[in-house]
Amino acid sequence: MAPSGTRRSSYSRRAQYNLFTGYIIAGIGALIGAVLLGLSFFQPSFFGGPRSAAQDAVSPATETAATVRTSSKSLWDSISGYYRAGSKNAELKREMELARIRLEEAEAVRQENVRLKGLLDLQDQERTPVAVARLIGSTASSTRRFAYVGAGEDDGVAVGMPVRSPRGVVGRILETGSDSSRVLLLTDSESVLPVRRAGDEVVAFAEGRGDSLLRIKLINLGINPLAVGDLFVTSGAGGYYPPGIAVAIVTELTDDGGVARIVSDPAATDFVAIEPIFEPDAASGATTPVEEELTD
Amino acid sequence: MERMEPRARSDAYGSRINRSHSPLLANVIPWLSILLGSLLPVFALAAALPMVPPLGFLTLLAWRLVRPGLLPVWAGFPLGLFDDLFSGQPFGFAILLWSMTMLVIEFVELRLPWRAFWQDWFTAGLLVVVYLLAGWLLSGATPTLPALVALIPQLLMSVLMFPIVARIVARFDRLRLMRWKRV
Repeated sequence: MAPSGTRRSSYSRRAQYNLFTGYIIAGIGALIGAVLLGLSFFQPSFFGGPRSAAQDAVSPATETAATVRTSSKSLWDSISGYYRAGSKNAELKREMELARIRLEEAEAVRQENVRLKGLLDLQDQERTPVAVARLIGSTASSTRRFAYVGAGEDDGVAVGMPVRSPRGVVGRILETGSDSSRVLLLTDSESVLPVRRAGDEVVAFAEGRGDSLLRIKLINLGINPLAVGDLFVTSGAGGYYPPGIAVAIVTELTDDGGVARIVSDPAATDFVAIEPIFEPDAASGATTPVEEELTD
Repeated sequence: MERMEPRARSDAYGSRINRSHSPLLANVIPWLSILLGSLLPVFALAAALPMVPPLGFLTLLAWRLVRPGLLPVWAGFPLGLFDDLFSGQPFGFAILLWSMTMLVIEFVELRLPWRAFWQDWFTAGLLVVVYLLAGWLLSGATPTLPALVALIPQLLMSVLMFPIVARIVARFDRLRLMRWKRV
């Protein structure tokens, strides 16, 4: 559609001034935007307040949408479950029998663990989650991978707490509002997580690449010991995440490690648990600059 | 008796007799629809890839190109401010980019006052591509090559989505000028 005739403001002084002021305001707006952008580069949490307030305001709506979405998904699952139900059933029964045997074995190992730990005077504390909530939204159109979770400061959630699903690590809390918080997902390109290979002590960093995969960077360079299909779990280093939670499975090998796919895809996740920081002392020590530690 | 042409009493915006436009709706609908567009991607699945087109930006472009002269040049500032609250980009990104976009379209329009839909689509496509690439570059994280590759589906989807958004905006525009008010 062609612009209406209002652009040519003819001889009307008022119309001319209006048009001119419009340009000026637009230019100033762009400048303010540039300044704010610069500010948020140096201080990313500077505008966290208005952001979490806005997220709190829409969280009732997003919560409802998330509920509807997950229930419709489970409806689809139950329909598709009827497809080839007989053969699936037989296969599941076989798997179930094997799993029962493995479970008994695991129980024996657990009892032995308890006995040995008792001998060594080690104590295990039961870790209870701070809150259990739904993933209620995400920044679906941005390059950054954030999700929103329906629990905030009112539920005791604090910045840095690990977020996990029944399958594995999802991410950690970045900003908190009063009843919603922002989660930095593992796949975000700013996320780094210390991991180790399940079963041995090959330690590495899992960095988000921003394209739904993680980059496994081995700490000890040399011959790459990884193989496709290796499972990586959290190592507990850094103090944020408790050790032994599943993170990613290697799908491709590179020179300094590999590329891995996350175990707990946030898109397939309904409820998540927000857990307390594993070792708060270690976590705060990791963020303290070296100079301060020296003078202490 | 001579019958009147039935359509003479009404047009696309409803009956012309005893009805008039609602000034509230006529002014509010463009702004509200853009705000809604900024908000909608939040409802999407927490996917591991950026998949949803920047709907707020697309709606802004569509209003600006389908209905020139309706949104003031400075509309990018307040609307971008709202978008920044939800988009996940660093604060100030949408304020800057949306304001720039409005200015750029203004200058394009000075050169090409008469355009067909194809030129509009081309302009919008180009601007969306620049917007998403700037989003990758200025995301607050280190821009990585895999993230750029992961952007491609979203880029394609956004460019292909523009005609649909433009049609929806045209529908909104009809709704905007519907004669609701009883005189």
